[in-house]
Amino acid sequence: MIRFRIEKRKPLPGWAKIIIPIAAIVVTLILSAIPILIAGGHLWKSYFYLFYGALGTRFNLLETFVKASPLMLTGLAVAFAFRAKFWNIGAEGQLLAGALAATVLGVHMGAVPQPLVLPIIIVAGFIAGGIWASIPAILKTKLKVDDVVSTLLLNYVMIHIMGALLFGPLQQPGSSWPRSSAIIESAQYPVLLMRSRFHMGILIAFLAVFVIWFINKKTTFGYQSKAVGVNIRAAHFGGINTTAVILWTALISGGLAGLAGVGELCAIQYRLIMDISPGYGYSGIVIAMLGNLHPVGVLFSSLFFSVIIVGAQTMSRMTGVPTYIAEVIQGMALMVMLIFLLFTEYKLRVVRK
Amino acid sequence: MMGEIFDIAFISGLIGATMRMATPIIFATLGEILAERSGVLNLGIEGIMLMGAMTGFLVTFSSGSILLGVLAAAMVGMILGLLMAFLAVNLGLSQHVSGLGITLFATGLAMYIYRLHFGSPTVPPIIQPFKQIALPVLSKIPVIGPGLFTQYSLTYIAWLLIPIMSILLYKTKIGLKIRTVGENPVVADTVGVNVTLTRTLCLVAGGALMGIGGAFLTLAHQNMFLIDVIGGRGWVAIAMVIFGNWDPVKGTIGALIFGFLDGLQLRLQSVGVAIPFHIFLMIPYLLTILALISVSRRAAVPAALLKPYRREEKGG
Repeated sequence: MIRFRIEKRKPLPGWAKIIIPIAAIVVTLILSAIPILIAGGHLWKSYFYLFYGALGTRFNLLETFVKASPLMLTGLAVAFAFRAKFWNIGAEGQLLAGALAATVLGVHMGAVPQPLVLPIIIVAGFIAGGIWASIPAILKTKLKVDDVVSTLLLNYVMIHIMGALLFGPLQQPGSSWPRSSAIIESAQYPVLLMRSRFHMGILIAFLAVFVIWFINKKTTFGYQSKAVGVNIRAAHFGGINTTAVILWTALISGGLAGLAGVGELCAIQYRLIMDISPGYGYSGIVIAMLGNLHPVGVLFSSLFFSVIIVGAQTMSRMTGVPTYIAEVIQGMALMVMLIFLLFTEYKLRVVRK
Repeated sequence: MMGEIFDIAFISGLIGATMRMATPIIFATLGEILAERSGVLNLGIEGIMLMGAMTGFLVTFSSGSILLGVLAAAMVGMILGLLMAFLAVNLGLSQHVSGLGITLFATGLAMYIYRLHFGSPTVPPIIQPFKQIALPVLSKIPVIGPGLFTQYSLTYIAWLLIPIMSILLYKTKIGLKIRTVGENPVVADTVGVNVTLTRTLCLVAGGALMGIGGAFLTLAHQNMFLIDVIGGRGWVAIAMVIFGNWDPVKGTIGALIFGFLDGLQLRLQSVGVAIPFHIFLMIPYLLTILALISVSRRAAVPAALLKPYRREEKGG
């Protein structure tokens, strides 16, 4: 009888960390041929328009960066938390918390000197997201509440807080829709390139990649955060205040997601609406995993998924394949990457009995 | 004002709405209990419900048979349950991430297939939904009768499933096997229970229940498919499992609280009371977080939950 067994293997060399996500992406793209063919799309034409639509023209290329900025931030948020084994599935809610804080300030700061408006909003959005993430972190460290479930549930609490406010005190006067008034002009992110939506938030996202890389590699806190993720007991006995480290990790993680919300509000929508985020927080999980929880990995995987999301629009127009192919690809990519990661630690052996 | 609103018709209507809105949560909660009792947290639930809702609608729309729609929803739930089993049981991958992967994948797929089949119509296509069945005699009981006993057949089935699931888990050999696998797979293996098979079957059967729970929303509660039709009800079910201590009967109480709050806001809106209904919808989540705080001190959680089982690693 032939059976398969999964056995531990020796650690793979460093280059495997780069090859594996790329291989996972290639396999995912091959698998996504199935839904494309079911939709009756011409395969090569579909793939061509997927990439042409995201990279082929100046405007589309810049749109890909526009889309990548919230994905990069939520991806970083999730990656930074996961690295410390704080299972933050709540980037979606933290993003909304950031957008909410930016809305409250952005609508009402007409009297504040103009150069101060954006810095205040950005800091407030970061803090709002951070505080929202610190709730499950406190629950985890003080009361041993499972962080996956609590962060997930808090997403819905935040959605309903937002709903209550958008039907209540934040609702645009005279409107019957759940939407806020527009933010003042000085609260908008400046557009940096003519005839595009390439805005300041994109630079903030790239800056965040660098800052997180710096924290991870060059600071004591980055080391402690990783130590907690590798082995919390050992970290504790090694003299690290693990409670404080998890809390600060959560604050930074939530803050990054909050910045994504600020960007969507101040650069794209200019007013708060219920569907300000099409699930960027959840995409962040896929991006963090594909990026091996490394900031540079997150940078590239967020750009990749942005290509898929932006390109899917053109592909849909040209071939009739629904744009939701982008969501299907994200889900598949996560599962494929998970399987690939398994085989970095384990190998499959055929056993004859 | 209050007297006008809270009359007998309102109360009766509220009871009916509570029962209706609790139905999908009951199906999903029972499905999740089955999975978690065998030791697997299935976070694919939200996506499985959406696929069930979409498939049930699509098949009913195409075939004209609502029964076929429900069966198809169950079938799709089983297939996704099998996929979850492959990832989390056979390969032993992280249950959290596997489940989220399935939710993301199934959510995307549901919207993809719907859009492929129906395009983007200005008026969403509709089906002839389930009819409510008034049980003879019982539905004539004053005040509570019409609400409790004029329901969709799926609601009655959901209520029948609660004792069935309790008996299955606590009074049968199969239930003993499931609980042993969830508590201590090493012991289960030693006494000859196939851990992998048991967990797989629980995920498949649980997936069927989740799929039907989703289909209730498009085949009975509404007669159309909207992208946000599940709206976090899968996560509510995850919460109710914890809230209810992994017990089918106690989990139902949580589902009823959710159904009541959901039904209350719907009824109040329909009689024209301006209420911040989002506050109502928030309560179940807050209650669950409170329940989570107390559950971390209790021992009800299946001991092997979240732990993959690999035979050769036992003892190691």
